[in-house]
Amino acid sequence: MTREQPVSPTGRRERAVDVLVVGAGPAGLALASRLAAAGGVGVEVVDREDEPGGVPRYCLHAGFGTRDPRRPMTGPAYALHWADAAVRAGATLRTGVTVTGWSDGPPKGPPTGPPTDPLAVDVTSPAGLERITARAVVLATGARERPRSARLVPGTRPAGVFTTGELQRTVRLRHRALGRRALVVGAESVSYSAVRILREAGVEVVAMVTELPHHQVSPVTALDARLRHGVPLLVGTRVGELLGRGRLSGVVLRRADGRSTTVACDTVVFTGDWIPDHELARLGGVTLDRATRGPAVDGSFRTDRAGVFAVGNLLRGIEPAGTAAREGLLAAAPVLRHLTDGAAPAARVPVQVEAPLRWITPSRLDPADPRVATGGFILRTESGLAPWSSLVVSRAGTELHRQRLVLGATPNRTLRLSAAWTTRVRAEDRDAGPVTVSVEH
Amino acid sequence: MTVTRSGPLPDEVYDVVVVGAGVVGAAIARELARYPLRTALVEASADVGEGTSKANTAILHTGFDAVPGSLEARLVHEGQGRLAAYAEECGIPVEPIGALLVAWDDEQLAALPALAGKAERNGYRRTRTVPADELRRREPHLGPGALGALEVPDESIICPWTTTLAYATQAVRGGVDLHLGCRVSEVTEGSPSSRDRLHRLATGRGPLRTRWLVNAAGLYADAFDRLLGHTDFSVTPRRGQLMVFDKIARALVGHILLPVPTALGKGVLVSPTVYGNVMLGPTAEDLDDKRATGSTAEGLAFLREKGRRIVPDLLEEEVTAVYAGLRAATEHDDYAIRSHPEQGYVTVGGIRSTGLTASMAIAAHVVELLTEAGAGVGTAGELPPLTMPYLGEARARPYRRADLIAADPAYGALVCHCERVSRGEIRDALAADIPPSSPEGLRRRTRALGGRCQGFYCGAELRALFDAPGTEAAR
Repeated sequence: MTREQPVSPTGRRERAVDVLVVGAGPAGLALASRLAAAGGVGVEVVDREDEPGGVPRYCLHAGFGTRDPRRPMTGPAYALHWADAAVRAGATLRTGVTVTGWSDGPPKGPPTGPPTDPLAVDVTSPAGLERITARAVVLATGARERPRSARLVPGTRPAGVFTTGELQRTVRLRHRALGRRALVVGAESVSYSAVRILREAGVEVVAMVTELPHHQVSPVTALDARLRHGVPLLVGTRVGELLGRGRLSGVVLRRADGRSTTVACDTVVFTGDWIPDHELARLGGVTLDRATRGPAVDGSFRTDRAGVFAVGNLLRGIEPAGTAAREGLLAAAPVLRHLTDGAAPAARVPVQVEAPLRWITPSRLDPADPRVATGGFILRTESGLAPWSSLVVSRAGTELHRQRLVLGATPNRTLRLSAAWTTRVRAEDRDAGPVTVSVEH
Repeated sequence: MTVTRSGPLPDEVYDVVVVGAGVVGAAIARELARYPLRTALVEASADVGEGTSKANTAILHTGFDAVPGSLEARLVHEGQGRLAAYAEECGIPVEPIGALLVAWDDEQLAALPALAGKAERNGYRRTRTVPADELRRREPHLGPGALGALEVPDESIICPWTTTLAYATQAVRGGVDLHLGCRVSEVTEGSPSSRDRLHRLATGRGPLRTRWLVNAAGLYADAFDRLLGHTDFSVTPRRGQLMVFDKIARALVGHILLPVPTALGKGVLVSPTVYGNVMLGPTAEDLDDKRATGSTAEGLAFLREKGRRIVPDLLEEEVTAVYAGLRAATEHDDYAIRSHPEQGYVTVGGIRSTGLTASMAIAAHVVELLTEAGAGVGTAGELPPLTMPYLGEARARPYRRADLIAADPAYGALVCHCERVSRGEIRDALAADIPPSSPEGLRRRTRALGGRCQGFYCGAELRALFDAPGTEAAR
């Protein structure tokens, strides 16, 4: 139920909604569609870009929508599907609207205190400035790839250096900025997407490089790139330096054995290495998980700030769009519960991983309400795990759960852990410390 | 107004030609614009401020640690006041956040009183010793082991890009011709005493004639000096690599955190930027190559090691940008500003890291030298006031201005999300008196593309806007 109020003396229009969703990608839109369908709840989705849909807008290939709505479609069609679903269910969808910060600054006092502070954000759009107050705010701001600078790749700063995201958008705008010979950094799913995009744009891909000892995709995908399209994969290799003035002229590669080679190319695409777009979360005083750099949420997508939820790839970087959308759908119930009873987690037990595991999400458990809405955890491993390894869940020396990985696990690919054990994390063991997930070979 | 980028140069005799449109050359051109002279500012690059002026530590110094009695000390002292006032007038972002020279060992702690004394000899009397507990209170994220500090409350951070652009814009509006992409390769010497004997400059864009010549060629000032037969100094490029951390890190640092200078050099500083980031650097590497503006693995590792000591939490944050600039160091301990009246020529060389601060005072000094040398510069007038687009964080930028957005909704349509740059600001920059010649130039005028995503979201659209019909690139 949107309540309009007049413009304040500062020139800000003051408005109130029940639920504000920040980010109109699959997660935010799916959540909005289900919340609005519940009836009686005013839902507004805002996105800073001019079109809704998030990352799938730029993924022209098929393969979306297999789980929801169980109809294969391309990325752009999938983006439209969720935008339609949200609007048809009665949510308000606004694009070109940027949330610039929280009106109240970071909350004062203990972050898990009672939900007394009303949540309010400041917004800029061509229509002017607004202050939107909401009973619940859901952050669905997604993730991006780390650019060359954040990866600390030395060298000059020439043109021709891309991330996959920028590459996709450049191709969509039919821009001539792409060169003729490209190097792709990474050998995971998104890296092979970059290879395909480049090839379709008429750019020769001279090689792919990964620091890891293997590619991280299906053998079919890897063989197709290598044999049918003649793109060599250099493993155990990292980018040492970028060369060139004005335009990229080459990339120095360093092999694990210390040897260096220079690849002549005018384009380099840094793929993967995702970082959640967590700015708004941090500005709002929401605690991040150290490992994922996304908001630390429990199984109900609750952050440690009462009324603030986080869904989708903001939580940990990239998972398939279908995973993000499903999280959005499943977050509706916890958000509605919050609107009804205002319940904040009583306690939050951290869930941590040990090397070679990199991260786990959700990374908090509320022992009083240990439900994990998605039914499981998502993890990543730093290095390959052999078949028949086990994931072992324990707390204070007590084993809670053990799960065999019949096929092992690969870096940069989804690894799932059942949530069947979470009811065994008991509130009274307050001093038992975090839950730990480790690997046993 | 005349800004040219290609084609032959005007067939006229200039009174003064300033070679080099960095911060110093642009300041000199602006100063000359106040006089009834035909002045040209010529620049080898395609844009102003393309060299050292775009890649430095962006600090407006008090000059507290200059060499007392040197020309540099005098011009920095004088220039700081001038530029601070000018910045206020034009909307160049400046934040007087103050500096703390942090002592990490007993030797450094013992050196602080001498530094305070040196500051006094440089005419700066507001330093203050800060004990360890107060230091800890004021900079709670400082690493362990800080023993105390010397406070220099008037050290400020500034936007170097807007400064150079403001000078050049005001010069151009004041009638100075700006010729970009115009590298001078040869000078046929003339003398101002005879009307016929002029400096004839061979440039990549044809000949140029002038009565008086000013060398503000920065890193290349020594090479240019040699074209006129002088070997007073050699420029050794001193590379400074810098890392810029995410805006989230801004809350970690309140002041410019300076190292205590030792025999080994000035060391590495941590400083907020006017754009709301935190900067770590610079390295100091003496090189031979004047184009070696790349970063190196060793340099970045060195900075990270130093930064971890100063503000450990900083290293937990994402890096937004890495860049390197070259300081025009010479074998002398002072600026090499020399007048050659018999040649009608002034050299402005050896302007090291303090050039930004001293720029306006250097400009005034150069005009004095030209006058003393017999260039009848005439009577100075006032230039029309200038307002630059505000790129800082200390005041409201367009995305926070309800009035601006109401008048023109383009200021509410954000294109660069990380830096919150609107379509209206991009449009304005592309249509400005001195439009950018590259997306990088657009970044220095608007901040677009300078944020944490480095183009992931907006790079494609910004390049498309830059190349759109009617823009500089399309011309």
